[in-house]
Amino acid sequence: MAALPKAVSRGGPGALSVGVRRGSRETLVLLAFVLIPFALEMFWTFWPALNSVYISLTQWDGIAPPVFVGLDNYTRMWSDETFRTALRNTVIWLVLFGGLSVLGGLGLALLLDKPRKGIGIYRAIFFLPVVFSMVVTALVWRMIFQPDGVVNSLLAAVGLEDQARIWLGEPETALYALIVPALWRQVGYIMVLFLAGLKTVDPLLHEAAKMDGATAFERFRHVTLPQLRPITTVVLAVTVIDALRSFDIVWALTKGGPYHSSELLSTYQFSTGLLGSQLGYGSALAVVIFLLTVGTIVVYLVRSLREEEAA
Amino acid sequence: MTARKSRVRPWFFHGGMSVLAFLWLVPLALVVVTSLRTFDDLADAGLASVPKGLTIDPYREALDSGEWQSIVNSLIITIPVVVVTLLLASMAAYGLARHRIPFRKTLLLLMLAGNLLPAQLLLIPVLKLTEQFGIFDSRIGMIVVLTAVGLGFYVFVLHGFMRGIPDEITHAAKIDGATTFGVYLRIVLPLTKPAMAALGSLAFTWTFNDLLWAITLLRDEQKLPVTPAILGMQGEFVSSWNVIAAATVIAAIPTVIVFLRFQRYFISGLLIGSAK
Repeated sequence: MAALPKAVSRGGPGALSVGVRRGSRETLVLLAFVLIPFALEMFWTFWPALNSVYISLTQWDGIAPPVFVGLDNYTRMWSDETFRTALRNTVIWLVLFGGLSVLGGLGLALLLDKPRKGIGIYRAIFFLPVVFSMVVTALVWRMIFQPDGVVNSLLAAVGLEDQARIWLGEPETALYALIVPALWRQVGYIMVLFLAGLKTVDPLLHEAAKMDGATAFERFRHVTLPQLRPITTVVLAVTVIDALRSFDIVWALTKGGPYHSSELLSTYQFSTGLLGSQLGYGSALAVVIFLLTVGTIVVYLVRSLREEEAA
Repeated sequence: MTARKSRVRPWFFHGGMSVLAFLWLVPLALVVVTSLRTFDDLADAGLASVPKGLTIDPYREALDSGEWQSIVNSLIITIPVVVVTLLLASMAAYGLARHRIPFRKTLLLLMLAGNLLPAQLLLIPVLKLTEQFGIFDSRIGMIVVLTAVGLGFYVFVLHGFMRGIPDEITHAAKIDGATTFGVYLRIVLPLTKPAMAALGSLAFTWTFNDLLWAITLLRDEQKLPVTPAILGMQGEFVSSWNVIAAATVIAAIPTVIVFLRFQRYFISGLLIGSAK
């Protein structure tokens, strides 16, 4: 850091008089290098995001000029049954999909951390689904959940025919059937993140704890976990963001149905805002998704900061 | 006690792990096998049955029904996105990491924050913007939007990487008379190759796998990339599971190739990515 100023071409007054021409051209090049990408991204992210906030305060069908309605779109949500279902499903999704992928990923990482024969193959197998799109994942699992698919055939094979059902077509099971393929694809990703975190755990501490007679669980709880804290924060942020923007798997398999039973806020937002031409209400739903993401992450950060202070 | 443990455990470990790994692969095996079966075989015996014979006809049928065009569309969109993203991101990262630009931290954080905004918050206004610019329902519109909304992440990662390059190297080049652009092209870029390979393979996978932007910004079926296109094929081939399975396998091949080719970089890319 301290050496940086020297590398900059606006040195002392002497340097200026020699290379003033070249210096100003250099500055222009540098400005272009930074400002072109910056402006391009801001124009297609923050500017639309601000627009969304404004559109969320209007009623707009996308054709006639928008009508300003204040917070009407937000108050409307409270009496919107589908919104409440989507919100509840999104929370279930966050807890189940988020929680299970973190637990599964951590579990696999702990099992596959120590060098052992064949460990690379296991890691590669669990990681493989990460490269597939959610749509590919969805089509793969659609065959498993079909009425004549693998799940029902297995149930029949063990004499549980009466438990067979149309997993993606019944309101009671659709949401949970969607979580399984989403997990199948996410767990390998979380595993890789935790594997990187585990590399930083000091083996000497484990040895010391072992000598002091700590059991495997005690060593995990008091040696491994505290040292995993930085990566855990990253994993939780990634998980919250991924969980709240989950869209593809639901859209590909149920489009939120049947009867909105597997609707998430993201799919409901797309149905109303982009397909249903209710641009104002759709934007309000987008703002809610944004606030939920930021809110969840802030709550986690504040809590972990407090824990750190208390420790 | 410990001696006995270590003799029993490997069996236990490999037993449990191979069962789990097998279960992980079952869905993939199922889709590959289904893609090689005939329609009559599937109609008679169902999806969960032992195949009577194998054929590659489903693949021919899938490609003939327009999947070939959609794969081409995917590449027409994905390759420029990857190239332009890496170019712009490396330029911005170079400027921000190697020069004392005022507010450089703020600029960097703004770009990262822009990347973390949920897509839902952008969809409607971006759709309207592309209409205004006349690039709605065009592959060029997809290229512009996918590049712009993703940039922040790549800039952030490359910035971290470029800051690690020792000052002496660039300083020496400056003394020898290299310009800002010269240092970028001849010194910083070559040194950043591993990170670029990692980010390039990530960008390829993410862009190729995109669904949400494609169904928002494209209407013409002739222009659809393969990810949304295979979803549409479900309607066309309602109960032809073999064709749908073949289409699914075909759609997965490009990202698997990139993964296998850049495996080392791919995983390290996910890791530097997690540093955000």
